[in-house]
Amino acid sequence: MTSPTVPLRLFVNGDRHEIQVEPRKTLADALREDCGLTGTHLGCEHGVCGACTILVDGKPARACLMFAVQCEGMSIRTVEGLAPDDETLHPLQQAFWDNHGLQCGFCTPGFLMLAAGVLEENPEPTEEELVEALSSNLCRCTGYQNILKATQCAAEAMRE
Amino acid sequence: MSAPATSTEPMNWVGQSIRRVEDPAILRGWGSYVADIAARDRACHYAVFVRSPIAAGRLVSVTAPAHVTLVTAQDLAGVAQVSPVLHRPDYVPAPMPALAIDVVRFVGEPVAMVLGRTPAEAEDAAELVDVQIEPHDPVLTVRQATAPDAPLVHPGPFPGEPNTVIDARLTTPGFEDAVAAAEHHVHLTVESARQSAMPMEARASHVGIDRASGRITLHTTTQMPHVIRTGICDTLGISEDLLRVVAPDVGGAFGAKMSLAREDLVLVHTARRLGRSIAWVETREENFLASWHSREQEYQLTGSFTANGELVALRADLVADVGAYSCYPVTFGVEPLMAFAELPGPYAVGEYSVRSRGVITNKCPIAPYRGVSRPVQTLAMERLMDTAAAQLGLDPVQIRQTNLIRDYPHTTPTGMVIDPSSHLEALATATQTIDVPAFRERQAAARAAGRYLGLGFSCFAERTGYGVPVFAARSMGITPGYEKVDLAFDPSGNVVLRIGASPHGQGLRTTLAQVVADELGVDPAVVRVVHSDTDATPYGWGSFGSRAMVIAGGAARMAGAALRPRMERIAAELLECAPEDVELRGGWARVRGAGAAVSIADIARTAYHRSHTLPEGEQAGLEQSALYNPLGTFSNAVHAVEVEVDPATGEVTIGRFLVVEDAGVLVNPAIVDGQIHGGVVQGIANALLEELIYDERGVLVTTSLMDFLPPTLAEVPRIEIEHLYTASDFTVTGAKGVGEGGLIGAPAAVLNAITDALTPLGIAVNRMPATPARIREEIRRATERSQEHRQGRSPAAAAGSATTASAESVPTPTPATVPGGKP
Ligand code: FES
Ligand code: FES
Repeated sequence: MTSPTVPLRLFVNGDRHEIQVEPRKTLADALREDCGLTGTHLGCEHGVCGACTILVDGKPARACLMFAVQCEGMSIRTVEGLAPDDETLHPLQQAFWDNHGLQCGFCTPGFLMLAAGVLEENPEPTEEELVEALSSNLCRCTGYQNILKATQCAAEAMRE
Repeated sequence: MSAPATSTEPMNWVGQSIRRVEDPAILRGWGSYVADIAARDRACHYAVFVRSPIAAGRLVSVTAPAHVTLVTAQDLAGVAQVSPVLHRPDYVPAPMPALAIDVVRFVGEPVAMVLGRTPAEAEDAAELVDVQIEPHDPVLTVRQATAPDAPLVHPGPFPGEPNTVIDARLTTPGFEDAVAAAEHHVHLTVESARQSAMPMEARASHVGIDRASGRITLHTTTQMPHVIRTGICDTLGISEDLLRVVAPDVGGAFGAKMSLAREDLVLVHTARRLGRSIAWVETREENFLASWHSREQEYQLTGSFTANGELVALRADLVADVGAYSCYPVTFGVEPLMAFAELPGPYAVGEYSVRSRGVITNKCPIAPYRGVSRPVQTLAMERLMDTAAAQLGLDPVQIRQTNLIRDYPHTTPTGMVIDPSSHLEALATATQTIDVPAFRERQAAARAAGRYLGLGFSCFAERTGYGVPVFAARSMGITPGYEKVDLAFDPSGNVVLRIGASPHGQGLRTTLAQVVADELGVDPAVVRVVHSDTDATPYGWGSFGSRAMVIAGGAARMAGAALRPRMERIAAELLECAPEDVELRGGWARVRGAGAAVSIADIARTAYHRSHTLPEGEQAGLEQSALYNPLGTFSNAVHAVEVEVDPATGEVTIGRFLVVEDAGVLVNPAIVDGQIHGGVVQGIANALLEELIYDERGVLVTTSLMDFLPPTLAEVPRIEIEHLYTASDFTVTGAKGVGEGGLIGAPAAVLNAITDALTPLGIAVNRMPATPARIREEIRRATERSQEHRQGRSPAAAAGSATTASAESVPTPTPATVPGGKP
């Protein structure tokens, strides 16, 4: 009963993945099931919660709202590709750690990638701009207080 | 390796906001949530549940084409129904089958399961299932359910009113006399809409079969792995030894993941029958439909007060719409019985008369959600205080000061013992930080300019860390409460702490390591906490009810304290000194006042590998278990909120949110503040935004995150927190639980602030959520009331004002009419 699959080439975190997917498969599912990258989480699959946020060609996108086949040849970054190496964290990861910016951690990859995209585009956001940008994603544990603080700290660290 | 001359280690790890050991893996995307485990299992089949689209009816047939792997109740031979026990004469059980048998009782009830080799294939198969249901009239409200001729959701028998499954009553002996002697009687009705805990990770399970041993491993999103193992095995009729339950990383729970999921029964049974692994990942829609609701309650109170505002008697009629089934293990008595026992909260009410009911309806069953009934209890008591203050002409702060508990330990009318707390101090701190006189000036100036600012307080006592006696007092068939820990050094000097509690975001691996590190004189980095795996941990009750730090933390401290003298004796032997002279700190055992030292790793090595050298009477090895079963301890807090209400739109903006919290000893202050932040925001959501709504046919209409309206950062104020630290010997670590308080206090403070803001319009807001539409409706009604009032007194004037203010129009402020007050 499985529908026919098509071959697809995805560039994720600098690695090339040659995979076979059904055309209806979302990018999120392809990343999780076919590329083995389960750091991208699914909280709603309706584009509301932002847990699945990744960077597509540098811009934050909802991986649950894109078909994998739409992303042929595009450059994708997921949370697994954020840190430079296994010893060092990305400034955003470091700031989330330092500022207790996560509790259960389910929303965290989405917030990290959202913030990474936002700060790469605008390294010096005002608090108002940051609040608006971070309001794209949902968190149920932290009350957002430390997510905002961590992102502000990371922005500062990234400017230095 | 030689000992450093002086230790740079802090004396106490407890009290430090160290970073969490949980975080680096999660931050890198290496967390392991259940859906991740499923995604990595290339061989597993995926399950989709087919659910009833009808609220009440007879299940006629469930069929599917032959190629679909369909599982219905008929395939579950030998599987019992889930029917948790309360030993109470008023408790009526409501047995819950794993899949509906003959009857469907709510929209979302699972009637069948299908399997596919991919999630998409399973979804396709689910589309092919044909479910025939003969619909009946559903009962959707308490009023419908308790009417004399109401259709019965379960056959009963019901000793009292139809569909009434809990009916608890109590009146203290002096109640009637106290009411007769009181000067003022203040009536109030408060209501709470249905809520969803809505963890960001919906539920998920993965069942694996080990062919060699025949054992089953269930990875599932649970807060209580051991209890869920018992529940599944008892229901399926299999030995607990066959099943291993693991809660890997769990993406938030808030109570919604502590009850036995009927889906897990079907999954485990089917995986075992077919001998293959099966995964199920719940959709967000299913999570709203079927993963437990909470807090649809209505309370009617009468407070009897003396002239100076002393609450001498409290009468309460409490009712909770508990949905269609009883959750395992805590039962659907959890909301009504908590409200029954704990309603008076932080107030020293002398006499109490209460009736508390649970009523079943054709809606999703209820289960605990952070705070359980206490957000509504606090709303009721805090609205009562403000309403009474207005009627008696007292200041809201003053009436609270009059009634707050001041002597500890305090025994409540229902026999609870409140340990040393700081209710008055917390209120004093809150009023000082807010600077009430300055706020009143700003409020007056704003009112003169046509703007509506309000200030609201709420005070509460949060019962936390309670043990077996409390659950036994509820007459539960299963009485949770204690926690056991197993603490052991390995020969290299690392420490493993195995616990029955099951954290899912609370950072217990970090905080328990801090507790143990202080007892053993080691760095928390060498303490590894193992949890949430029934094969690797002692039987325990998991994480819920703000209990883990108090109870598992207490047990951890007890184990450490018991192990320490052994370490000192071994060190004394190695250092050739008296055990009393040994100091354990920073990974070293030192002779106090001398230079000699031996590493704690050497002590461990000696205990395991050179046990023949141990002092006389010492056994080999270095490990200790401990069990803690506390009576319970109360943390306390005051929330103070400033709001502005726009009467034209009904929109509420929170200007300031202050929490003054007393949770005793804070093991890791950053983590405590994080718990408060998260709770407060859920409380604000309960107060203003979130609501589960059923239509008149019993169909849930709020089935997406867009309909349910959880807050984003844009809707959330900055939260200020101040701490008080009352010492209490009711808890081994001095720590009191703090997980639920933010949500318990916030709704009451917000609704009090809205009511304060709208006092010039004669409006009281007693139902949560106070959505913009509802606030506009209240304003419209108040405007009508005041117009009728004017018309009644002056027909001539009324002729000129025949128009009715629409919900959207800004009402003309009328002279203050205090809600419920004397004319
Ligand atoms: S999972 Fe993509 S937005 Fe929620
Ligand atoms: S940390 Fe749990 S949802 Fe954000």
